[in-house]
Amino acid sequence: MPDILALRLHAIPRARNAGWVALPIVVIAGLFFYPLSLIVRQAFSGDAGVAAIQPFFSVLHSRYFGHALLSTIEIATAATVGCLVLGLVLALILTFVPFPGSVLVGRLVDTFIALPTFLVTLAFTFIYGSAGILNSLLQQYFGFAQPPVQFLYSAWGVIFAEITVYLPFVLRPLLASLSLMDPSQIEVASTLGARPWRVIRQVILPAAFPALIAGGSLCLLLTINEFGVVLFIGAKGVTTLPLLIYSKAIQESDYQAACIIAVINIVLSLGLFGLYRAAARRLGA
Amino acid sequence: MTTPTLAAFASSQEDVPAPWTLSGADAAGPATAAASHPGARTSHDTIGGSSVSFEQVSVAYRGNVVLKPLDLKVEAGEFLALIGPSGSGKTTTLRAVAGFVQPAGGRIRIGDVDVTNLPPYERGLGMAVQNYALFPHMRVEQNVAFGLKAQRVEKSLIAERVQEALRIVGMTQYATRYPRELSGGQQQRVAIARALAVRPRVLLLDEPLSALDAQIRRSMVEELARLHRELPHLTVLYVTHDQSEALTLADRIAIMRDGEVSAHGHTMQLYHRPPNRFAAEFLGRANLLPAVVETPVNATGVAKVRVGSFSVNVSSSEIAPGSRRLLCVRPQNMTLQRGGSDLNTLTGTLRSVHWQGELTHLALDVEDTPVRVVLTRPDALPQTGSRMDIHFCADDASLIPEEAHA
Repeated sequence: MPDILALRLHAIPRARNAGWVALPIVVIAGLFFYPLSLIVRQAFSGDAGVAAIQPFFSVLHSRYFGHALLSTIEIATAATVGCLVLGLVLALILTFVPFPGSVLVGRLVDTFIALPTFLVTLAFTFIYGSAGILNSLLQQYFGFAQPPVQFLYSAWGVIFAEITVYLPFVLRPLLASLSLMDPSQIEVASTLGARPWRVIRQVILPAAFPALIAGGSLCLLLTINEFGVVLFIGAKGVTTLPLLIYSKAIQESDYQAACIIAVINIVLSLGLFGLYRAAARRLGA
Repeated sequence: MTTPTLAAFASSQEDVPAPWTLSGADAAGPATAAASHPGARTSHDTIGGSSVSFEQVSVAYRGNVVLKPLDLKVEAGEFLALIGPSGSGKTTTLRAVAGFVQPAGGRIRIGDVDVTNLPPYERGLGMAVQNYALFPHMRVEQNVAFGLKAQRVEKSLIAERVQEALRIVGMTQYATRYPRELSGGQQQRVAIARALAVRPRVLLLDEPLSALDAQIRRSMVEELARLHRELPHLTVLYVTHDQSEALTLADRIAIMRDGEVSAHGHTMQLYHRPPNRFAAEFLGRANLLPAVVETPVNATGVAKVRVGSFSVNVSSSEIAPGSRRLLCVRPQNMTLQRGGSDLNTLTGTLRSVHWQGELTHLALDVEDTPVRVVLTRPDALPQTGSRMDIHFCADDASLIPEEAHA
């Protein structure tokens, strides 16, 4: 008798707990995993509705896919490197060359996170576009027949815009890790005869390394999946994977190809996300 | 085992050719450098290291004066302790030598070189700080080699110097560890080795033991004392708020207060004959009793002064009768049993007794002036509240000027 009672007393809260655990699982599954599984199923189903691997490989080997994958990686890598270099320079200045308003500059860069990505692109069009401020000034004062600044409508324009948009994702963790650094390490290094460049390379950079990896991999993840900026700039011949998925699905109604590319995109993203998590864990430790 | 190495380390220090580089002629190695200078060994204690001179050096942060115009000289090979309460300007003084704060006025010289406008990395220094500041991603040997690499010392010489420096601090067997694998005391040894490896003209130590617990701190004080004995011409500037570290280690002490040096002198002299009230109280918490000179100094150098209703003999320099002074007697120089030379007697009321194991602290009131007595053997103590006699001899007492501010 007492055994049964004990069992019951235990069983009730356990069942309740199970209910609380089930709720988020159901929500996540319904909102996220189910649609995802539909994409995966669409990617690997043949004409008769049976599983087929053939269409996957034909997309994988197609010219347009290879081109898009390459330009996606190129643009994402270039934008990430740009973010890292610019972010590092800015973080070093903001941390070690305190000037009046340095906090304000940091905050301003932060507000970029709040803005929709395509808005920055729109602003770029006003400044660097064919009819933008820069070109009209140059045409007015130097008599160029054609707008001389044309980089915006190329891969460079996309990279430039992405650097602007994603800079805070690198800058924020860098500023955090540099502010945690023990300033006496830098001071001791300089008394021992190390010039500033050596101090940056051998003392500051190793301390900032986890932040660079975390910020950089997050930046890479976001730039690989960037859609708004690429679409908004509409550079000729610049097609990235997200843009390719969009055009396959919406413009060509080729849902299977879109899903296949999406699956590859997801795998790529998850891999990078894993890298980011690993780096973030090291940063936290 | 360490002695020959230390000798090589020490003598080659004198042969550093240009003050700001450690490469060049010195690259021949410490042993050959010493051998090629036969005179080096004999003039061991007079050459080497560098003096530090402050000439009217003042420092201000946003118009806030933290260091009033300072004139101070640390002789080559001297161990000078800068002590004082927090905010007294001692750390600022050290940071001015390092080049981290730009003086608002005055010049700082290391040896003959005016370093006032030189960046820290061109001053030829070594520094160890309270929190060690080891580079966490570098092994112990890489930490120690850092300064040598920065100064582009030859590779073969670097390995030698790293070994030497680690041997001096007794950390050879930890060369391949990372700082996080070491205890606080071990980390500070590595930090000191890192500073010594570059053969600094001046070693700056900024509260190096303050982060360690009491027991390790005591053994590190002994270590530093040994270091100072074995490297006699290493100039050391040691900032601390701990007077016992300063008393144990320093050749000379400068006591700082409110951005200026309030007393400066040889450690023992400063302790036994403090020049002013602050020095007497900060260094060893002396008893100070208001006194009036009765009869001038006699042939044996003893003056008679009046302390309240008591007449007391004090060894003193020439002093006019009637002048007001403070009678300074250390708590441990007072006894309860009258000995042969303890001719002076004060009578007071016992207020409290604190037994602390090896020492017993008594607090008395002698005619409204609090007096502390420290005993090693507290025999037959009277009840608190009762009156008792305390004795001291004329040689253990001194007179210091009475200042307006307390």
